[in-house]
Formats: sequence, structure tokens, C-alpha cells
Amino acid sequence: MAEYSLETPLKDEEIKKLKAGDKVSLSGIIYTARDSAHERLVKLIEAGEELPIPLEGQIIYYVGPAPTPPGKAIGSAGPTTSYRMDPYTPLLIENGLKGMIGKGERTEMVVDAMEKGTAVYFAATGGAAALIAKSILSSEIVAYEDLGAEAIRKLEVKSFPVIVAQDCHGGNVYVEGQKKYAE
Amino acid sequence: MREIESSRITEAVAKLCMEANFKLEDDVQESLEKAYETEKSPVGKEVLKQILDNSRIASTERVPICQDTGMTVIFAELGQDAHIVGGGFEDAINEGVKRGYTEGYLRKSIVADPVRGGNTGDNTPAIIHLDLVIGDRLKMYIVPKGGGSENMSRIAMMKPADGIEGIKKFVVDGVREASGNPCPPVTVGVGIGGSFERCALLSKKALLRPIGSDNKDPFYDKLEKELLLLVNKTGVGPAGLGGTTTALAVHIETAPRHIASFPVAMNLNCHAARHKFIEL
Repeated sequence: MAEYSLETPLKDEEIKKLKAGDKVSLSGIIYTARDSAHERLVKLIEAGEELPIPLEGQIIYYVGPAPTPPGKAIGSAGPTTSYRMDPYTPLLIENGLKGMIGKGERTEMVVDAMEKGTAVYFAATGGAAALIAKSILSSEIVAYEDLGAEAIRKLEVKSFPVIVAQDCHGGNVYVEGQKKYAE
Repeated sequence: MREIESSRITEAVAKLCMEANFKLEDDVQESLEKAYETEKSPVGKEVLKQILDNSRIASTERVPICQDTGMTVIFAELGQDAHIVGGGFEDAINEGVKRGYTEGYLRKSIVADPVRGGNTGDNTPAIIHLDLVIGDRLKMYIVPKGGGSENMSRIAMMKPADGIEGIKKFVVDGVREASGNPCPPVTVGVGIGGSFERCALLSKKALLRPIGSDNKDPFYDKLEKELLLLVNKTGVGPAGLGGTTTALAVHIETAPRHIASFPVAMNLNCHAARHKFIEL
């Protein structure tokens, strides 16, 4: 279990070093999107239209935060389950997306896209939403405000704690970690 | 006949929706602390440390433990000698949910129409299960239930011949296949018997029992403990990243069944097993 501190946007040589199970501390800009926002992004790409956020080198965090209380940068903001985004993810990776943060295992179509496009999937601890919110310095809605909690937000993060869940070499902490402790 | 003002129900629900989302009950907190001590995987231990740090931050700063502040499930027992005055029972509860989710900055996660979409904007309606009982009191369990763990629930109409071995396979396979999605360490609620819909309800009701408490029936108490051992041998571990703590408890609720049927249901709760109780 190696430990890294990474700044966004991510570079290919950094992603290639990462192995499933490594602990990573992320800083810089990341974007949020979940089910409905993914559907819209994919429709725009398919129609050849411009996207409301850049994808090249970027990280998308699957989260629908709680409302922001007065005096805070954001409400509690833990990861949602990632597999629901699997049908949309390969196209985003083909268009430059380099990282995703969520919880739970990804399917084969995403794993293939991650290998081809040199991308990485990080797990944040599901339910550690108040802790994670502390690493978010600022939050700004940049698209799809009508989606409420599902709107796309631009987040500035510092030392956001994640674990490499699935790397770009086919490594998978869910499979490897569980196998190690199964009796 | 004892009268209960509907406004008291609204106030209680509003307060407890917030309290449940800000602070874990002692049984859950203690069980997570114990898991942190006994977990063998370093990654699993790191996850449990984050979970414990998170619960401290949430209760101190009074912010939600998880951003998914859930659908508001309410189990109510109304004494038949009590009379609710000043407004409707369900309206009083939903007004409380609306108030609690707004004042507490809790996320509103209810889609108005399951297919056509839209958000109700205030997390209503609550899912209300009402039992009419002897007495003149109103008892309510307020259980905010997240989508991630709810999605990993399952029900099977098994054959009576499947018996105990069938139940074990159903539960262990269910937890293993759910993997990291329901945010383990989970609490596993198992319903056995009844009809299709009763069985599902039993599995959810099973989640209300305090973690660490024994099943009153020694036969099912033994089965619960055996199932917990088996589930923790799957290796799923905290957050599904591998480890020795996959579940904090397995709880079973049963009901008589039809001679031809053997329904078994499993409802999972995430590590943030939120619930509050009040008697009015």
C-alpha cells in the first residue's frame, strides 16, 4: 500500500504508477456528476456539441451533496455507488477523462476503457461524508442547476482521501482485497 | 380516550429526522469502535478510522453523517385508546419530515414520479408502517434509509425443502454479491416466512433491534450468530476493500407461512445505521 499526493489535472505517467490498494491524497479542481448529469454529457458528446466542463485530464466525483449549511463550503459529500455510471463512462474516458471517484466495483466495459485511455478509478469511503466535506475548500455549480443535488459542481479540494480501487493495469482492490481475507 | 395533538407528532418527527442524521445511536457507535480494534486488514482499518472520524465530525458540527440522508421510513405503533387530534396522522408526519429536512440542511432525495421523475422538494412522502396495538400511546421509530444499501436488498420465494441451508446460502451470497455497494460493515436484516410483502417488511423491521442484542428465540439467536460468522468470512470487509468486518450484526424476524411457501428476504443497512425512537 504505497501513498501518493497528486494534483489535478492527472498525467498519464502518474496514473500508470498507481496500483490497486494505494492510498492517495488528491488536491486541485475536481468536478461532480452523477446519473442525470452523465446522461446529459453523453448526449452532448454524441451530438458533437460543446460540454459545460473540460474533460481532458480531469476527475469526476460521483456525489450528490447535502445542502450547504450557512458558513460551510459544502454540505456532507460522500461518494455514491459508481456502477450506475458505467454505461456512460467509456465515452467520457475516450474524450479525455482521467479519473473517477465513487464507491463499489466497476464493470468490464469501464475496466477496458481505463486500460485503453490510461484512467484510474478511486474509492472514497462511502458514508464518510462529513469528513470528506472538510477536504473541499470551495464549491460552485457550473452546470445543470435544475438537477438540484445532481447538478455539476466544480470543487476545489485539498488532501481529499481516496484509495486506488481499480488501476489502469486491470488491478482491482475489491477482488484482490476480498480474496485475501475470504476463508 | 387519551388525546395526542398532531403538532406534537410533527415536532417529534422534525427533531428526530435531524438527530438521526447527525448522530449515531450508542449501539452502532460502540460496535464500529469494536470493529476498528479487531479488523485485520490495514485498508479495512483505515476505512473504519475514517468512518469513526466522520461520525465524530458529524455529531460535533451537527452535519449529516452521510450526504444520502435517506427516504424517511417510520414504523409507528398506535395504541387503540389514543385519539390523534388537530390534524391527520400522515399529514403530521410528512409535515415533520418537510421541516426536519429543510431546517437540518438534509438532502431531499425523493423522486416524485418513479418513471417521469421530478423531485418532491421536501423529502416527503415518508414511508409509514402503522400497527394498531393495545394501549393509549404512540411509539415511533424514525429510520432514514439510504439508497445504496436499499438497492442491495433481495427477496426469494424459496421451497420449504430449501430449509436452513437455503437461508444461509441466500444471505451469504447476497452480502458477497452486494460487495462494497451497501457501504459495509452492514447490518443484515433477514425476514423469514409470512407472505411476499410481509417477509420484506420483516427484513426491514429486523434492522431496528439494537446491535449486540440477542434474539429472544434461542433457535434464531444461534442462527443469527452463525450467519454473522459466515458473512464475515466472505472477506468483503469495510467498504468492500477486503477485510474481516463485513457485517456488525445479523438480525432475524419471522412469521408463520403458507404450507407451500418459504419466503426469505434480506434488507441491508449501511454502517451509518441511523434510527431514533420516541414515545408520545
